[in-house]
Amino acid sequence: MSTRDLFDTLTAKLPQFELEYLEGKDPAILVRAEHLLGLALYLRDEGGYDYCASITGVDYEDRFEVVYHLCSMKEQGPPVVLKVHAPRENPEVPSVVAIWSGADWQEREVWDLMGVRFSGHPNLKRILMWEGFEGHPLRKDYPGPVDEYTFS
Amino acid sequence: MTQQDMVPPELQRNVLITPVDWIYNLGRAGSVWPTMFGLACCAFEMIVTLTSRYDLARFGMEFMRASPRQTELMIISGTVTKKMAPQVVRLYDQMPEPKYVLAMGACAISGGPFKDGYNVVPGIDKYLPVDVYVPGCPPRPESLLDGVFKLHQKMRNETIRTSPWYRKGVERELPVPEYGPQGLVLPKGEKSA
Repeated sequence: MSTRDLFDTLTAKLPQFELEYLEGKDPAILVRAEHLLGLALYLRDEGGYDYCASITGVDYEDRFEVVYHLCSMKEQGPPVVLKVHAPRENPEVPSVVAIWSGADWQEREVWDLMGVRFSGHPNLKRILMWEGFEGHPLRKDYPGPVDEYTFS
Repeated sequence: MTQQDMVPPELQRNVLITPVDWIYNLGRAGSVWPTMFGLACCAFEMIVTLTSRYDLARFGMEFMRASPRQTELMIISGTVTKKMAPQVVRLYDQMPEPKYVLAMGACAISGGPFKDGYNVVPGIDKYLPVDVYVPGCPPRPESLLDGVFKLHQKMRNETIRTSPWYRKGVERELPVPEYGPQGLVLPKGEKSA
């Protein structure tokens, strides 16, 4: 099922979710953060998307965007792309770990490097950078590392 | 005094007189044992160099020792991330003297394409004294072999009279960097040179 067909089905069945279709080379479905969990649950149980392949964070300087790639292990077809926007100040998105448990480390990575907080995550701490590191290094306004060297 | 005078006649056909440096360095250069660890994709070129086609064992290097205490050459084979740098310096400190470092590939030399990144040390020579640089991304096994020959050359030209590792009371332990809030920091009391 193409993203366009899926979007038409979803808007017909779930009009309360205020979905938006994003045209482009890789079409996506934009969903509001408060409706993400309901849509994800529907896609997993009714749509057959039982595998969350990747979660990515994007810094657009005026907002953050979290991108979900959902696949189906049962049926053939292209992955569906969900996008969620989060404000630049104190970005927060609900966690989908309860729906796809494989999202655990990916959400931790987005939190570590991009600083998007996932509310409801069971263990939201840094995964790549060390404990005690300050800041989120993949943000556009990250000032850059300060290192001390033995030989300079 | 010539060799004829120093050696009794019955031994003159059996004894070779040579500087102690020459025979000592020949023995050292003929059995350089590297530490067994690989950091990134350069490690695979290093492994290929050990296989029968390139056969590093021809130069007495067939042993990649798993313990740094039995080695004298550290091949930095790949990207040194900031999370890995303290472990690399700690391994170096555990190696016995004399010890040598070979930086293999663009990342180990300068950080390579990750030089400006938040997570990669811009060259292992920021923390270790490097003896041989082998450029490439990754270097082919022939390049690594050439780097090893350069190291052999260096070892053969050393003399135990001036080598720092052969004197008493020379402290050569290097500070192990620690994780700080904005990057790697040196332990308290250690100043960058």
